[in-house]
Parts: sequence; structure tokens; C-alpha cells
Amino acid sequence: MRDIKIQVNDLSLYYGEKKALKEISMQIPANKVTALIGPSGCGKSTFLRCINRMNDLIPSVKITGELLVEGIDIYDKNVDVVNIRKKIGMVFQKSNPFPKSIYENIAYGPRINGIKDKTQLDEIVETSLRQAAIWDELKDRLGDSALGLSGGQQQRLCIARTLAVSPDIILMDEPASALDPISTSKIEELVHELKEQYTIIIVTHNMQQAARTSDHTAFFYMGELIEMGKTNTIFTKPEKKQTEDYITGRFG
Amino acid sequence: MNSPHPNKQTFTKESLKKQFRLSEFLAEKVISSVAFLSIAVIFLIFIFVFKESLPLFGFNDKAKANTEIQTTTGAAIETYGSETSTADSEPETYGAPAESLEPETYGSPTEDLNPVVEETAAAEPETYGTVTEDLNPDSASEDVVAIDEKVTGNKEGADKTWSTFFSTEWVPVSDNPRFGLIALFIGTLKVTIIAMLIAGPLAILAAVYTSCFASNRRKEIIKPIIEMLAAFPSVVIGFFAMMVLATFFQDIFGYDSRLNAFIGGVAMALAAIPIIYTISEDALSSVPKTYTEASLALGASKAQTAFSVILPAATPGIFAALLLGVGRVFGETMIALMATGNAALLSANPFESVRTFAATIGSEMAETVFGETHYSVLFFIGSLLFIFSFILNAVAEFYVKGRLIKKFQGK
Repeated sequence: MRDIKIQVNDLSLYYGEKKALKEISMQIPANKVTALIGPSGCGKSTFLRCINRMNDLIPSVKITGELLVEGIDIYDKNVDVVNIRKKIGMVFQKSNPFPKSIYENIAYGPRINGIKDKTQLDEIVETSLRQAAIWDELKDRLGDSALGLSGGQQQRLCIARTLAVSPDIILMDEPASALDPISTSKIEELVHELKEQYTIIIVTHNMQQAARTSDHTAFFYMGELIEMGKTNTIFTKPEKKQTEDYITGRFG
Repeated sequence: MNSPHPNKQTFTKESLKKQFRLSEFLAEKVISSVAFLSIAVIFLIFIFVFKESLPLFGFNDKAKANTEIQTTTGAAIETYGSETSTADSEPETYGAPAESLEPETYGSPTEDLNPVVEETAAAEPETYGTVTEDLNPDSASEDVVAIDEKVTGNKEGADKTWSTFFSTEWVPVSDNPRFGLIALFIGTLKVTIIAMLIAGPLAILAAVYTSCFASNRRKEIIKPIIEMLAAFPSVVIGFFAMMVLATFFQDIFGYDSRLNAFIGGVAMALAAIPIIYTISEDALSSVPKTYTEASLALGASKAQTAFSVILPAATPGIFAALLLGVGRVFGETMIALMATGNAALLSANPFESVRTFAATIGSEMAETVFGETHYSVLFFIGSLLFIFSFILNAVAEFYVKGRLIKKFQGK
């Protein structure tokens, strides 16, 4: 594993008294897709939200350990959480476009970063939508409400919105779990294309999806990282019994 | 095991037969009748209030005919508001004889008016000479129809019976009474605008703070405290405004009349803040958390998220909150009575005393003669308030619904 983007050292997370993540240590390579799999409640989403500090929003959460992104501990006191999130984008399980027009949804991110020039915004909107492979569908209706789109389009719009702020890392929390198979495959293709430029971490319940899209896979169980390795290896010759059981569908 | 389900049988036509459930039927009927009763009560109140002001309308047609004849001869006599239809059918004509176009003769009744004016019981010396100057420019600009006292572009040119309503002065008790609703309306508007300019931003910012910035603990403390302000009787707020605020602001601004529209506005803002705050806070808090997350995940700061995502998404609710606040201020009586100075002056100066619609009813209703024009006019004002708040609520309702559908379900 060369080109380490994210280095996690003994990361633990507590919801009040409950320890939800137990001494996670892992390395996430750059410009690859890393899938996090595991049964519900195993802490994979929680871990994902640690990476861009979304867990800060929950008052009772306490985090120990280190999470280094390109060598910088993002939980350091001197690190600004807003700047982290600009570099580490996130796509949520449920598509959540703003109640604004399609154009405004994409332009929101650049705008808060101080881009006011209309032509520049137009350009960003177009490139982001093209990158998210949704430009052709939406180019004639940029002024329409984003909430009028189908679920799959909304989710790709959300991806485009994330791309518009040009992050380094994109976190995806089960981005296709609420979508039909066609939309899902579109999202998966998209993930495949995006990994050229971005480091992508994707949480999924769908084993085939993990196998199809990811280069590396991490298996979480009960707040612990059980096993991590190349997706091929994990799915064909897992080292741990638990991983094998889960992947073959014996539990979870 | 079948005891809890005595009707549990095989799936036959018999077991599926329609049943009459008496208690359910009764409960449903009682609840629905209570609901309809409340609607009926509202309508009955309105009908009663409106009915009392009906004499103003009853004489309408005849008066119109009257005045049209008069205008051809050049004497625009405002006949108005009376009881041809009711028992004491004595047509009352007031206001504005033709001579009132000349500055000095305002209010002096002509001979033909004299016998019909019937306000002797409540007659008062007239001390309103100054107002003629106000009227003069307006009336001079009018054409042959010569409607004096048309301050604003009153569309119903034919409807001269009502034109004292559009006069600038409120002199209900006099030989020549004038019911200038304009002065009252402007007064009400002034107080409402001042109150909303103060209460709106304060309440909305407080709501934004508690819903987007404050920690849960602070929110739990702040919210009930602001809402407690709603529990203050308005007489207490009025008293506070009259005794404390008036002096305080007079020291700062140094205006002449101690009780004025501004003080009234400040006091009413105190009454409106909890309403606007509570509803805006609910609106802001009910914006889905996913929007907040999405915005934060894009690298927006808390303030950016609050003002460019949450606030716009909550606009319909905040709009409704503001309208309800306007309704509260518009109808507020006790604070208006105590803190606005109660002088029906027509001016744009916020530091002049004013009189509002509600305060007029509150202060004069007890002293009018039953069935008299003044009495009818007060009820007419009541109907106006009623209609106004009805429209306001309707607008709030439909605007909110329309916007919500447009915003949250897409086009």
C-alpha cells in the first residue's frame, strides 16, 4: 500500500459511555476506492463520519486516537473543521439536495468559498455535472427545483455538488442504498471514474457493490476493524473466520 | 385464547358484515360538532360586529343619490351613515358642506344641514380649526365633483357617503362629526411598522441563534424564557412602556410627546416577539437536519449554513410568524391605549402621538350612544380589524402552503 492518504492510529469513539469504535488502525490509499463493509451498527458509518469530523455535530461524542490525512492530524486543536470539510467531501445515504434550483445546489459550495463570478460559477456547475455524468440529463432544466428530480438523479446531483468544491477525498455513506438497480449501476460507474482524481471511501451493505467498485475493503464488526486488505483477497481468501462468514452470508 | 377477540370467526360474509359502532359514531359526531361550533362562533361574532355597523351601509344608496344631486349644484354634502331602515330613522348628514372648500368655513353647517344634524346630546365645542389647512390642497385639486377630504386616491368616487372616512381627522363627537379613518389607519400602520421593525429582526435572530447555534442546554433555557414573555398581560407591558420606556426614550431622543407611536411600537414589539420567535424557531428547527449536514459537509461554516440554507428553507414558516406578529400588533388594544398617546394625528413622524383602530374601540365604545353613527362606525372599525386579521391569516396560510409545496416537493 503505497501512497497513503489517510492513516488512522488507535481511533476510538464514544457515544457518551458507549464505545462505538474500538482502537481502529488502518491505512487508506490515495486515488483508490476503499469499501467499508459490515453488518448494521458495526460502526462503519460512524468511522466514515470521523474522517470529515461530522461527528462533531453530536454533542456527546468523544474521540481519542489519531486520524492523519496526509500526515496532519485532523483532530488537532489547531485544525479548522470547516477547512477539513472543504477537502473531504461527503455524500449521504439519503440524497439531500437543498430546496433550491439545480444550479443553486451546485453553485452553493463554490459560492461559500467566495467565488462570485457568474461565468466561473457556470463553468464549475457544468464541469461538476459532467463529472457526475448527469449534465446531459439536466442541462436544460438547471433552474428547476432539485427536489423534482428522481432519487438517482438527486444522488448524482449530490455527488456533483460535492465535486464542485473540488475535495481530495470523497466519503460515500451507502450512496446507492435507496436507489433502483439502474441508478445504482450509474453511481458505481461514477465511482469508478472518479477514483482517477479522488480518494474515495464508500460504505456499503451490498457485498457485490463492494466487490465491484472497490480496490480495498475493510470489514468492521462490533466497532472493531476485523480485517482490511485488497478487495480480491478479502472476497476470495479472507484471513479471518468472521470475515468469511459475513461475506458468504452466514451472518450479518 | 379467543376471549379478546369475540368476533374472531372464520372469514365469512357474516363476520364481515357492516357494524354500527354507537360510541365511535357519537364520539365522531361530538368532535366534529365542536369543531364546526367554533367556526360558527367565529362567524357569529363577525356577523354581530358587522351587523352593528350595518346602518352605515343601509343608507348608502339614498345618500349616493342625494349627493349626486348636490354635486350638480356644486354643493357636495356628505350624507352618511344612518338609520332610515331602523326605528329612529333620522337621516344624518354630516361633514363637508360645499363651503368647506374655503379655508375658514370648515365645519360651519349650512342651513339645510342644520335641521338634520342630530348630535346635540354629545355636542362639543369645535376646536379643530387647524385641520382645514390640511384639507384645502387636496380638495382644491379635485374637479367639479368637489369631493373634499379625499386624501388618498379613493376609488369609489361615487360613494361620497363614506368620504368622511377618508378625511384626516377623527372627531366623532361634535356638531359636525367626522370619522376620519385615515388618521386612525395611518396611526395603526405606523405603530405596526415600528413594532415589526423592532420585533421581526430581534425575534428571528433569536430564533436562528437558538435553533442553529446554541447548544441544547442553552436552547432549553432561552426558549422558555422568551416564550414566557407571551404570558405577560399586555396591561403590564403597557404599564412598563408608559412608566419606564417612555421616559427612557425621551431622554435619549428628546421628542415632545412622551407617549407616541414609537413607544407604542416598542411596547408592542415586546408583545409580538414571543409569537414571532416561537413560530420561527419551530420553522427553523423543522428544517431537515440533512440540509445542515449537506451544507457542513461542503465546508460551509455554521453561519453560512444558517443563513444560506436553513433560513431560506424556513422562509414560509418565518413569513407566517411575521404575519401572526402583525396580527397581534394590529389588534393589540391595551398597550395601544396606554403607550401611544391616543391622539389621532395624521403625520409621518414616528415620535408623534397616534391612535390605533383597536384603541379607538377600546376607549370610545363605552361612551357612545347605542345605535348612533359613532357606535356604528366603531363596529365598522371592529369589522375592519376582523377582516384584516382574517386576510392576514389567509395569506399566511395560502402563502405558506404554496411556498412549501413549491419549495419542498419541487415544481
